[in-house]
Amino acid sequence: MQPDNKPAAHFGQDAAVSENVQQFITFTLGEEEYGIDIMVVREIKGWTETTMIPNSPAHVRGVINLRGIIVPIFDLRARFGVGVTIPTNMHVVIIVAAGTRTVGLLVDTVSDIISVDPKEIREVPDMGMPVEDQFLEGLVAIENRMVTLVSLSGLFGISADSANRTVPQADAAVAA
Amino acid sequence: MPVSSEQESYPVAQFRKTYFEECAELLDALQSNLELLSSGQEDDETLHAIFRSVHSIKGGAGAFGCTDLVAFSHTFESLLDALRDHKIAASQEIKQLLLRASDALADIVNAARLEHQLPPNFAADTSAAMLDALQGAGQAFEVPAGSAAVETKSLSEQRYRIRFRPHTEMLKKANEPLLLIRQLRKLGVLSTEVDSSSLPALAALDPEAAYLNWTFTLDTAVPRGAVQDVFEFVEDDCDLDIELVEVAAGPVEAAPSDAGGAVATAVAAVSVAQSIRVDVDKVDRLVNLVGELVISQAMLTEQGLSLPADKYPQLIQGIEALAQSARELQESVMAIRAQPVKSVFARMPRIVRELAATLGKEVRIVTSGEMTEIDKTVIEQLNDPLTHMIRNALDHGIEPPAERAAAGKPRQGTIHLSAAQRSGRIVIEVSDDGRGINREKILAKARARGLVPAGANLSDDEVDDLIFLPAFSTADVISNISGRGVGMDVVKRNVQALGGRISVRSRFGQGSSFSLSLPLTLAVVDGMVVSVGGETFIIPLVAIVENLRPQVSEIHPVVGRGHVLALRGEYLPLVYLHRVFSISDAIGDPCRGIVIIVQSENAGRVGIVVDELLGQQQVVVKSLEANYEPVDGISGATILGNGRVALILDVARLHEIDIRGTAGRLPASEDSRTEPAKDMIHAA
Repeated sequence: MQPDNKPAAHFGQDAAVSENVQQFITFTLGEEEYGIDIMVVREIKGWTETTMIPNSPAHVRGVINLRGIIVPIFDLRARFGVGVTIPTNMHVVIIVAAGTRTVGLLVDTVSDIISVDPKEIREVPDMGMPVEDQFLEGLVAIENRMVTLVSLSGLFGISADSANRTVPQADAAVAA
Repeated sequence: MPVSSEQESYPVAQFRKTYFEECAELLDALQSNLELLSSGQEDDETLHAIFRSVHSIKGGAGAFGCTDLVAFSHTFESLLDALRDHKIAASQEIKQLLLRASDALADIVNAARLEHQLPPNFAADTSAAMLDALQGAGQAFEVPAGSAAVETKSLSEQRYRIRFRPHTEMLKKANEPLLLIRQLRKLGVLSTEVDSSSLPALAALDPEAAYLNWTFTLDTAVPRGAVQDVFEFVEDDCDLDIELVEVAAGPVEAAPSDAGGAVATAVAAVSVAQSIRVDVDKVDRLVNLVGELVISQAMLTEQGLSLPADKYPQLIQGIEALAQSARELQESVMAIRAQPVKSVFARMPRIVRELAATLGKEVRIVTSGEMTEIDKTVIEQLNDPLTHMIRNALDHGIEPPAERAAAGKPRQGTIHLSAAQRSGRIVIEVSDDGRGINREKILAKARARGLVPAGANLSDDEVDDLIFLPAFSTADVISNISGRGVGMDVVKRNVQALGGRISVRSRFGQGSSFSLSLPLTLAVVDGMVVSVGGETFIIPLVAIVENLRPQVSEIHPVVGRGHVLALRGEYLPLVYLHRVFSISDAIGDPCRGIVIIVQSENAGRVGIVVDELLGQQQVVVKSLEANYEPVDGISGATILGNGRVALILDVARLHEIDIRGTAGRLPASEDSRTEPAKDMIHAA
């Protein structure tokens, strides 16, 4: 992240430029860069110890107390099936609104805020991705990087049409 | 200028809402008093209470232009009036008629609330029957004059002096004094004096404030209660003094009871409110805040305990006092939300009556313990399961009269509905004296559907539990009442969602008894904090019988079933928490850890093996489902003093999970989570 590329400044400029532009917060898992719709992001916080949920799948890291609310934390790397994150103080949790639920996504770092014209979003090719298609919304090329856009609806089984710019209102289906 | 809230800008809608809320209460009261009447309690008090309910419903109905409601309730009221004046005897037919009328009244109120149009001749037969009864008794029946419900009692004229000083509050609630004056004028001859002495100069005038007060002199034949009723909606927001000045010349009759005390109590006219109506949201907010307070207090206590007590004696004392107050505060707040189960129970007799009529069965319902109080959150969720259970008892349990007679039972079946508090839980029982569960039929059906393996040998209890399986119904003929198999499994799910359990006991030919056990509140739990391999859990104190560290000689292995603990001649299965929850680094040896003996309704006594007891604490229950999903063996979550989340154990499930797990624990993968085979029967 360059110093002149501050998220806040970026946000202001782009919102004024075009209504069609969609903004994504990007984060990394290892070498890969992913993006998530900024409208669903509630806050970003450092990793804190969680309380384990018994007999839960590997990607469920447990629950934390977020100002009195019990919030489950999902290890996105494990969810994508590309390993298990061993969290340190440097790791980051992105708190998002998934339907009516508030959940946390454990990622390596948060890197940037990008503005994308929806027309520039390309479909995910069938081959070559280690991650299941349903979790991904598309690919976007930013300068010389490629950012994979993550689909919250795919991750949490929420109807796809509500996953765009508005906060999805659909009933939260059972998380896979 | 303060921005008026939405509620205040739609006062009529708000009044309407309040009126229908009151109607619901009045109908409940009507219903339960009619039940009393039916059971032979025919004293004046009961009759008056019944009359008052109908009268109040009618009074409000006029104000909201519900003409159907006014007409029907007027007829109803006239009949009740004749009844309480003993012009009509409370015969069995009349009592039946009253019950029918109250059901119809409830329907009409409901239609008015929802602004539905009722069929044109709705309850016409009931109305006609009531008029017949009145005419039979030689009672003159007056058609109500428009919306203004005027007492038809003949009384000599009386003069009231009414001093009325509205508060600013009253105006803020969009109550218009002029309307009240008009209303008063309808009652008789009214003269009005206004005192404007406190009116400030125009510049200093706050257009939203109240400056005027009035003195009315009213000559009227209506009793004092009717005058008071004019101010019913505003009496909390004004100074009101109704004084009986003189009785006009003429034959002095005995004053009716509700005007009786008027002369003596001229000053204390504004009745002292015994209860206030509070928005539920406000109470819930209070409950949440107190919950947060309790968490903060627990945190302080934890910190305080680590300080040397001799150094900071006052701090420690303060913390202890705070803990005490916080606890009392919490109990008081929870008590605000507690309601008697009566509000739910009162709806059941009608369901029974109607369904019995549809099914051609003779059934009476007997309720007891309706004053048992539980938290509002639980009460709200109680109606559906209870209705289901009652319907089920009627449809499947109670036999038709002929069949009962043939079996040597009274033709009329009885359903008992009872509530009681037992060790921190509320137990609701629905029992009938019907045919009971036909286990052979159930088992045959379950086998036919492949729900039970062919070779499995089920105990009676296990067979009875089959009725809680989804899509299970034993009614031979599928009726539209129940018997579509959407019954008991839904009940079970609803009840489990409340942290409750349901069980059934049945004797073939003699009846069945369903028992619901529910927590008193869903908001707080007294818990034992335990640790297992670095993880912390809460075990609800109500479930705990005792804690102990057993000797090696007291632990016995059982082939294929783990270990049992020999305790005073009893063998209790041991559940290793670290094994059930796949926790590593646990001590895992009951002789070095602690065994907590818990008791649950359906699993009996079980010993839970944990590493260590950390202490006892009241915890605020938070939902895990709100943002995640239900977890088997966990009933909720809470936040400890250190800010960390701890999960609350569902002790009744632990043993079952353990048994299932031993039989073949699946790896912690998605498949094992999404659809826990909770309701499948496993052959032993």
